[in-house]
Amino acid sequence: MEKFNTLRGVAAPMPMVNIDTDMIIPKNFLKTIKRTGLKDGLFYEMRWTADGQKKDFILDQPAYKDAKVIVAGPNFGCGSSREHAPWALLDFGIRCIISEGFADIFYNNCFKNGILPIKMPKEIIDKLMDDASRGSNAVLEIDLEKQEIKGPDGGTVHFEIDPFRKKCLLEGLDDIGLTLEKKSDIDDFEKKQRAAQPWLHAAE
Amino acid sequence: MAFRKKSATPPPPPPPPRTLFEKIWDNHVVHRQDDGTCVLYIDRHLVHEVTSPQAFEGLRMAGRQLRRPDATIAVADHNTPTTTGPMDEESRIQVETLEKNVADFHVPYFGMDDPRRGIVHVIGPEQGLTLPGMTIVCGDSHTSTHGAMGALAFGIGTSEVEHVLATQTLIQKPAKNMRVAVEGVLPLGVTAKDVILAIIGKLGTAGGTGYVIEYAGRAIRDLTMEGRMTVCNMSIEAGARAGLIAPDEATFQYLEGRPYAPKGGAWDLALSQWRRLPSDKGAHFDMQLDLNASDIPPMVTWGTSPQDALPITDVVPDPANAPDENMREAWTRSLAYMGLTPGTKLVDVPIDRVFIGSCTNGRIEDLRAAAEIARGRKVASNVSAMVVPGSGLVKAEAEREGLDKIFIEAGFEWRLQGCSMCLAMNADRIEPGQRCASTSNRNFEGRQGRGGRTHLLSPAMAAAAAIKGTLADVRDFQ
Ligand code: SF4
Repeated sequence: MEKFNTLRGVAAPMPMVNIDTDMIIPKNFLKTIKRTGLKDGLFYEMRWTADGQKKDFILDQPAYKDAKVIVAGPNFGCGSSREHAPWALLDFGIRCIISEGFADIFYNNCFKNGILPIKMPKEIIDKLMDDASRGSNAVLEIDLEKQEIKGPDGGTVHFEIDPFRKKCLLEGLDDIGLTLEKKSDIDDFEKKQRAAQPWLHAAE
Repeated sequence: MAFRKKSATPPPPPPPPRTLFEKIWDNHVVHRQDDGTCVLYIDRHLVHEVTSPQAFEGLRMAGRQLRRPDATIAVADHNTPTTTGPMDEESRIQVETLEKNVADFHVPYFGMDDPRRGIVHVIGPEQGLTLPGMTIVCGDSHTSTHGAMGALAFGIGTSEVEHVLATQTLIQKPAKNMRVAVEGVLPLGVTAKDVILAIIGKLGTAGGTGYVIEYAGRAIRDLTMEGRMTVCNMSIEAGARAGLIAPDEATFQYLEGRPYAPKGGAWDLALSQWRRLPSDKGAHFDMQLDLNASDIPPMVTWGTSPQDALPITDVVPDPANAPDENMREAWTRSLAYMGLTPGTKLVDVPIDRVFIGSCTNGRIEDLRAAAEIARGRKVASNVSAMVVPGSGLVKAEAEREGLDKIFIEAGFEWRLQGCSMCLAMNADRIEPGQRCASTSNRNFEGRQGRGGRTHLLSPAMAAAAAIKGTLADVRDFQ
């Protein structure tokens, strides 16, 4: 996984509430067996009309076509567990999403892919949404180590993040590798469980 | 000497009361970090064709093994066809990829021609793969369904699927605990689906975020296991990580004798442990929601979020009455998408399609309830309606009971099992602008097909809508 230290980029405003995973990546793009190449499906139905004409979707506007950040309405990423949603965002170049709140599975999925989801209270979102509306001047700087967002006018705000998740992002840690270091704990657990709940294990 | 020493130390305090969720959690902690992050052991991993290919690929690339093939089970359900025709190219590749992966990693698999094949959340309980006290995961958000058996079951992304394949664990922090109690007796015509729609209507789609919900109260206990699965299934639509219900005699009765349930002495041992699972008296919940069963009418959604649920006797709401600015915008957008005008009576909304099926309402009891309404009646001429059983065994049982004939005579299509028009990844989908009465769980924009409009409701309500040609109050049919 790519490390996340600092990020400087244009922020696109998407004030809608409940942006769900079906909007982020419609089902017809879930038939892939790869993690990459999903940017064409990102927000597909909001970007294209049914007969293949481009709508004027925010991420297609010249000012935002290189956006790295989305400032979003509350409950971003609700719906399905499809990791294709963060994969598609990442493939487009989005590395950070700022919202009042995220759906749990989507939030989790972001961290597994080097995307930083930041939760902020409404007043700050309103301000950032305002910043993000300034087109290509809407540049935000995010510093994960310091847990700070710097706005276009130079003002900074602090954000909270779970220390363990922060460490994993900063170091680009591979979760599976980390867990495999605890292999003997897992072995011990299994041994005990096999004795106490034998029906959970195939007969030896 | 030893006696005196013992009496000098005070007896240990009684263990603090715990919730069902806490007990299951504690039983599965492999390792706990100081900050509370845990390595949590996973007892059962359900795998399907859409969210697993990249996980197996990751395993291969890192040269890792599958730790517990015997705790894993795979099935294709999301994009399999419900007719005997061929699969589209991409779906076929996904199913073939799954078949190669299960062969390479020795995963038990219900293949395409296996009569047990079906929606992953229908076959788990049906086979006894889902048991009380278990931790269960699947790369699908409706894994919460299995909580009906008193298991802690939740959906995960593909990276976590890979994590479970390689380690049989997940890295997790405990969720908060919510108790939703529905007391009293449900009125005639009101089902588990109406209960959960009413709960989501109260909580909102984000109200459960960060929580595991335990459903309790007389009306929940009175539900059949199928009904309990319907309730737990839609926990995720309230944003909750999982939903669960304390196991009781109904649970044990449902599970006894299922192919993968323990047998003989193991069954007795399991039973003695399962009986200790229910939340202790005085256990702490971070939040409590109380509903009265007698206040819940038959429900239907009008918008593009599951929280947009109203009694069928109500009218399409006016954004002017929305609680805040955000909601006003969301309602306005929903109504435009749904092609509805404020003030229209819900029972006057005409429909084009009916879908009875999905992991929410594709079990035998659901088909019986719909057939009860369809019996001796005819689907309205403006409506095309289909019934898609949740599994091959549900289909076989329905056919044994003659439900297929009732549906076919009434003008419904009787299809092969699978997810079908719940998410429209196969050929089953609604056309732009068409309106569908659906027993599935999501009414998001485009969920059942681009431009398609979805109204969520119970199986009996869906059948009633098919007959009347508009959304309908099932009580007029009983
Ligand atoms: S029936 Fe629908 S909700 Fe259930 S597993 Fe299939 S696609 Fe997901």
